[in-house]
Amino acid sequence: MSAEAIQSRRDWLLSDRPASRMQARLGRAYVAWRRFSANRLAFVGLLIIIGLLVVAAFADVLAPYSPTIGDLKGSRLLAPSAAHWFGTDDLGRDIYSRIIYGSRWTLYVVILVAIIAAPIGLLVGTVAGYAGGWTDAILMRITDIFLAFPKLILALAFVAALGPGIENAVLAIAITSWPPYARIARAETLTVRNSDYIKAVQLMGASPFRIVLRHIMPLCISSLIIRVTLDMAGIILTAAGLGFLGLGAQPPLPEWGTMIASGRRFVLDQWWVAGAPGFAILIVSLGFNLLGDGLRDALDPRSGEQ
Amino acid sequence: MSAAENQAAAGRGSARAAAVASSIGRFLVIAITTYLGLLAVTFFIGRVIPIDPVLAVLGDRAPANVIERTRREMGLDLPLIEQFYIYVKNALNGDFGTSVLTTNPVMTDIRRAFPATIELATLGTLIGSVIGVPLGVLAAVRRGSLIDQIVRIIGLIGYSVPIFWLGLLCLVLFYAKLQWVAFPARLDVVYEYTFTPITGFYLLDAAMQGQWDVFYDAFRHIILPASLLGYFSLAYISRMTRSFMLNELSQEYIVAARAKGLSEQRIIWAHALRNAAVPMVTVIALSYAGLLEGSVLTETVFSWPGIGLYITNSLQNADMNAVLGGTIVIGSVFIAINLFSDLLYRVLDPRTKAG
Amino acid sequence: MSTLLEVDDLRVNFPTRTGLVQAVRGVSFSLGRERLGIVGESGSGKSQTGRAIMGLTPPQAEVKAKKLAFDGIDLLAAPARQRRALRGKRIAMILQDPKYSLDPVMSIGRQIVETLRTHEKVGKAEARDRALAMLEAVQIRDPARVFDLHPHEVSGGMGQRAMIAMMLIAGPEMMIADEPTSALDVTVQLDVLGILDKLVSERGMGLIFISHDLRLVSSFCDRVIVMYAGKVVEQLKASELRDAQHPYTRGLLNCMPRIGFERHPLPVLDRKPEWAA
Repeated sequence: MSAEAIQSRRDWLLSDRPASRMQARLGRAYVAWRRFSANRLAFVGLLIIIGLLVVAAFADVLAPYSPTIGDLKGSRLLAPSAAHWFGTDDLGRDIYSRIIYGSRWTLYVVILVAIIAAPIGLLVGTVAGYAGGWTDAILMRITDIFLAFPKLILALAFVAALGPGIENAVLAIAITSWPPYARIARAETLTVRNSDYIKAVQLMGASPFRIVLRHIMPLCISSLIIRVTLDMAGIILTAAGLGFLGLGAQPPLPEWGTMIASGRRFVLDQWWVAGAPGFAILIVSLGFNLLGDGLRDALDPRSGEQ
Repeated sequence: MSAAENQAAAGRGSARAAAVASSIGRFLVIAITTYLGLLAVTFFIGRVIPIDPVLAVLGDRAPANVIERTRREMGLDLPLIEQFYIYVKNALNGDFGTSVLTTNPVMTDIRRAFPATIELATLGTLIGSVIGVPLGVLAAVRRGSLIDQIVRIIGLIGYSVPIFWLGLLCLVLFYAKLQWVAFPARLDVVYEYTFTPITGFYLLDAAMQGQWDVFYDAFRHIILPASLLGYFSLAYISRMTRSFMLNELSQEYIVAARAKGLSEQRIIWAHALRNAAVPMVTVIALSYAGLLEGSVLTETVFSWPGIGLYITNSLQNADMNAVLGGTIVIGSVFIAINLFSDLLYRVLDPRTKAG
Repeated sequence: MSTLLEVDDLRVNFPTRTGLVQAVRGVSFSLGRERLGIVGESGSGKSQTGRAIMGLTPPQAEVKAKKLAFDGIDLLAAPARQRRALRGKRIAMILQDPKYSLDPVMSIGRQIVETLRTHEKVGKAEARDRALAMLEAVQIRDPARVFDLHPHEVSGGMGQRAMIAMMLIAGPEMMIADEPTSALDVTVQLDVLGILDKLVSERGMGLIFISHDLRLVSSFCDRVIVMYAGKVVEQLKASELRDAQHPYTRGLLNCMPRIGFERHPLPVLDRKPEWAA
């Protein structure tokens, strides 16, 4: 492609007078992308997350051994070697393979928590913000009460009552993590509630339900996405913590926190059994944190530190 | 507040008193509803979610007559709202039932474990603030420098690393390999029987009684878990200090302070940090509350006999009374710190005093 | 008339990602114990000129000049320590808005005492007495009460008087006032200007008065410098303002409303690129 063609495409994207909604949208995405990709660390974060997605998708191809069935006779607690990159655990399973399969469970947890908690927060926040008055006061008081709770301990008690398991862990984390989303959604709603275009929609006879759903919720999405991305690391760490306490995923599921828990017994002699899954958690959490910071700076220049 | 300030305050007395009264009233409403919310949620967890709360409390191996008696004792034949009323009344009296595991009242167990948790979290927050605040200030003052990068990396890792995993690795390194610290516990076995604590804070007790060998031993046990908690506290505190300081240093009053001819040191510490200190108090309090919450994981890794370990042990034995009692106590302290920091913010910031 | 300040070819540049921003481009003037007004629209470089003289430009900026001397001291060659000792003691500066330029968590009295004790070795009691006297000098009626108030507890006019007290307590010989009344109510502006006027005459200070308000500057100062795009476009006596030659100055003068003259359409300032060249 010639330099001129690139130049004219850039002009088209950055045009002050977009001819279509599509062009405006693409233009905004382009500006955000340029700001985002100028941030090297955020880019590293994006690469880590893409890596996680790829590993989870192709776990069957990438893992050299079975994640659940080990060689009890010949390969218990082996140190890292060419055959077993991260060594083997007490049941003779290849830790590298288990970590690769574990990426699926990590994704499972963060995605499920996000799609349960974010809509709850969005709904509570937009309704409270749009309705105002008593509805707002009561909904926000409930939100604040939940916000003042210790999340991990509460999730722990929830799982203790529901019974251990990864689904219950997801549920418990989701129940404790919606309040910040409600606050954000409410704040965004308050800034647009009295704007002229909402008034215009009201005059045209739109129902409150339609206004909240079609005109307010879409505006909250971008700040919500940033917040959810920033929370992903926290969700992973909480899930791993529950797994470590024996409340999350149950063996033989190759969930990273659970793997650390079972490696704990021999950590003084065979540190790699607990070491490798923890490192995986660290890298993925780091990826989400870097990505979240980068997204925040790119999409919301007001809060950018630099 | 100086005497003159008091006089000044008295001049606008009545309006001020009304503002204070309404803010105290508001504070009480928030405190009470939040605490009731906590009790409602734990009640829901303990009594509503389980299909049979008796089995949840006693386990499924209890004999039939015991189950029947407990059912009546727990008041499970009463309507739910009445059950909740009794539950709240008991909780306010510190009655969380009996632990199946230890056969003690849960409150007795918690009272024994509580000082251990507080001692650990306090030392951790102390380490985190003493190092974290100056580090954050330096990072802000020398923005973009090596120290700024280091603070950034410390923060990123602190936000991303699983605390229990880092704890395990530290045990491998500092206890097993280097033998710098003592094994996971509060004291060596020898001292467990010869040392009588007064307050339950072993470092303090040993120092008060002049038993320096015990002090040294307690220190060797607490230093690793406290440093670990300190690191997490530091990661948070330094990052927040940096951003507060950057905000303050860009204000006009800093230019004015320079125009007065003040030294950079005085501008940073007496003006910018003094202003940043107001939100910092909240950050430090929140970090303290976070460490209390994280005690479940840290204490489990370091076999530290606090509430966190108590909760974990009870979890593994399906001892719901103990789990919920521990949850309520940590939750209450957590809420109290949250509210207290909010109150402190108002006291420290002269701008909010007028109401 | 002895020369207090000499400025020759002062330049202030800000390197940015998109290139060099030249805020001040070769400004020259000198100041005795007189009142000099610097006028210009926002972005003309008038504030950056003031800050460069004070040594308060942000660290990323570069300040160059053929000569920048205060009372024979070469400011650009002077070590940071010496420049700091000059600030507040011999050269003072008053900022625009007391709401932002006073430390919100320190009492007004302590902020005044702080200036004094930075530059002179005085005891606590004496410092307090002198601060109270200074507050009286800026016509604050109840100095003992105001001494203990925090900036948010006083009005804008009172705050700006406290600011003047804070900056003048160490007895500077020269003062830069950067839009000292622009953030105040119109009625209060005159009071504060009156106080400033009195103190400057009594103490025989040199004053650089930076403002966008040509009429205010011409009535308050002896001489006026008109700045545009980082350059001095005209320098003249305040009394001769009516005879200004430069079209930009004439444009500024034309913008002033006059009683009895209908103005339709309202005049718009001409900005010709060759003035900035």
